[in-house]
Amino acid sequence: MPKSKNIILKGVSASVGIIVGRAFVLDEDDFCLIYREIPKNRIENEKKRFDNAIEKTRQELKEVYNKVNNVLGEDYAHITNAHILILDDPSMKKNVYNLIEYGTNAEYALFKTIDKIIRSFDAIKDGYFKERKLDVQEIGKKILANLFGKQKRNYANLKENSIVVAHNLTPTDTVAIREKLVKGFVTDIGGKTSHTAIIAQGLGIPAVAGLKVASSKIRTGDMIILDGNAGEVILNPSDEVLEKYQKYYDRQHEEIEELRKLKDLPIETLDKHTTSIFANIDNSDEVSHALNSGAKGIGLYRTEFMYFNRNTLPSEQEHFEEYYKVVREMSEYTTTIRTIDLGGDKFAKFGLLNVSTEQNPFLGLRAIRLCLKYPDVFITQLRGILRASAFGKIRIMYPMISSIEELRSANKILQDVKQDLRESNIKFDEDIQVGTMIEIPSAAVITDIIAKEVDFVSIGTNDLIQYTLAVDRGNENVVNIYDPTHPAVLRLIKQIIDSAHKENIEVAMCGEMAGDPLYTPILLGFGLDEFSVSPFQVLKIKKIIRSMSFKEVKEIADKILQCGDKKSISKIMSTLTRQ
Amino acid sequence: MKEKIIIVSNKMGLHARPAAMLVQTTSKYKSSVKIIKDDFDIDAKSIMGIMTLAAGQGSELKFVAEGPDENEVLAELENLFKSNFSE
Repeated sequence: MPKSKNIILKGVSASVGIIVGRAFVLDEDDFCLIYREIPKNRIENEKKRFDNAIEKTRQELKEVYNKVNNVLGEDYAHITNAHILILDDPSMKKNVYNLIEYGTNAEYALFKTIDKIIRSFDAIKDGYFKERKLDVQEIGKKILANLFGKQKRNYANLKENSIVVAHNLTPTDTVAIREKLVKGFVTDIGGKTSHTAIIAQGLGIPAVAGLKVASSKIRTGDMIILDGNAGEVILNPSDEVLEKYQKYYDRQHEEIEELRKLKDLPIETLDKHTTSIFANIDNSDEVSHALNSGAKGIGLYRTEFMYFNRNTLPSEQEHFEEYYKVVREMSEYTTTIRTIDLGGDKFAKFGLLNVSTEQNPFLGLRAIRLCLKYPDVFITQLRGILRASAFGKIRIMYPMISSIEELRSANKILQDVKQDLRESNIKFDEDIQVGTMIEIPSAAVITDIIAKEVDFVSIGTNDLIQYTLAVDRGNENVVNIYDPTHPAVLRLIKQIIDSAHKENIEVAMCGEMAGDPLYTPILLGFGLDEFSVSPFQVLKIKKIIRSMSFKEVKEIADKILQCGDKKSISKIMSTLTRQ
Repeated sequence: MKEKIIIVSNKMGLHARPAAMLVQTTSKYKSSVKIIKDDFDIDAKSIMGIMTLAAGQGSELKFVAEGPDENEVLAELENLFKSNFSE
């Protein structure tokens, strides 16, 4: 029977990148856990068998520890260190011994013991502690494997360039993968934040997780396309699809290789004018992408995701822990945390606000307006941010400021929160910088006034354009009117930059326009200090900046500002991109 | 038998690394050490027990030590918490 072609399996992107190759399926260890009664005279022997399995597992874990330590470093190796302690846990041994003394075989005694421990983890509410049951399960499996005398997963037939397919991968497996130069992996379970996803990201190999049926549908030797960007796997691709992906992959690979060479070079123009490129992130998992991209800071950390998929408001501690993770990973680099940019509709489900559906949510109660109306929500977040600021370099950024009064009200609350923390002897960065987004035309026009009371401003182009041109980008009937190079938009941007520079503060841009290579020369020519873009855009923007002469782009930007119509602007722009 | 109440003050609570440090400390001593939190009591030499406590910042833990070096183990534990596990 011919195999059906182009079967698409959908999962979650665990690590980005695209790879085409042959699958290597790791069999799930299939333990046969049957209760056997142990006669009295064999009980001591059964205990010894268990002890031997523990010792064997300890040797294996020590080897893993050394390998992980050598390949990935101490930060990853401490997982294995905790595993060794689990192995030595006296409560586990006591429980297993007890069961053996009742005449239970060691395998079943261990299985029952692990099962009992797992249950106590299931009762925990806190996600971090709850997930530790995976570590316990992994150790349990290893001991069981040794009790059965089974060998570890066999990687001997694993060839280079294979894509590993498994039900689940443990940190041990991922190290083996690294050593065999495997090009990617695919798992049935897990998500963006599983240990293995994090390690895969660290290794820079693509991975898709949460595919549910991958390990049963895919057979060793099958041709698969692993698309870590889209979070999907294509099984038995047709020649056409294969060719398309192969081309795409080659091109992407060349481009990435070319760009990676730029990672450690300075961000400067041919005539040595320097700017910064920061990254935009949505959550703490993306910090590694940002750092790998060569970004020297986070220019926009959107905090809205913390409010999604839940029915209660995040606590101060949750805010703190999330920001703490980010700043610790960013170490000496700056993290710009934007306070929540949510609409009232998102808050209704928390039972907090009595906001009826708004006719014009984009002109309604959102972002800083909501925070000022319901200061408790704002204070909780600010306390979390300030506490995290004791551990790294944080800047606070307010969204949707439309007047100086709003800025002052927000700053007043911030001052009060700081005072409270001081009185409770809670440490925070006393010199923490505060800035605002400039994304409403009214704020853009009074940048000179705002700039006197903030440490920096950041232009949010998506909203600035939509509010300036009165156009909803999601409305297909008018989307053609949405134009970042409309003379009014360009003039506003130039005016924001000039007004801020007069007050000696820096101007960042974190909207999509900053990450579109088409607009890099003109923004550079306007004197933008910081481009904040998605991690995947960082090196692309850097490449363009390094190929430009600041003197020239400045002159061209001035010329563009003289233009009043689209046609003459795009004519000048096209000469820029050809350079 | 000696008791001591200690509040978890480090930011991340008793997550993997501090839990490991705690076990490594109690395991050096002969005395038995129990941790009592709310209605649970667990063996302080058991890393899994400590993890299932899910003790976050601000949790109140009662340590009960019994044995020849019960004073020493409690003193070292107190110092460990005071140092915030060198976070």
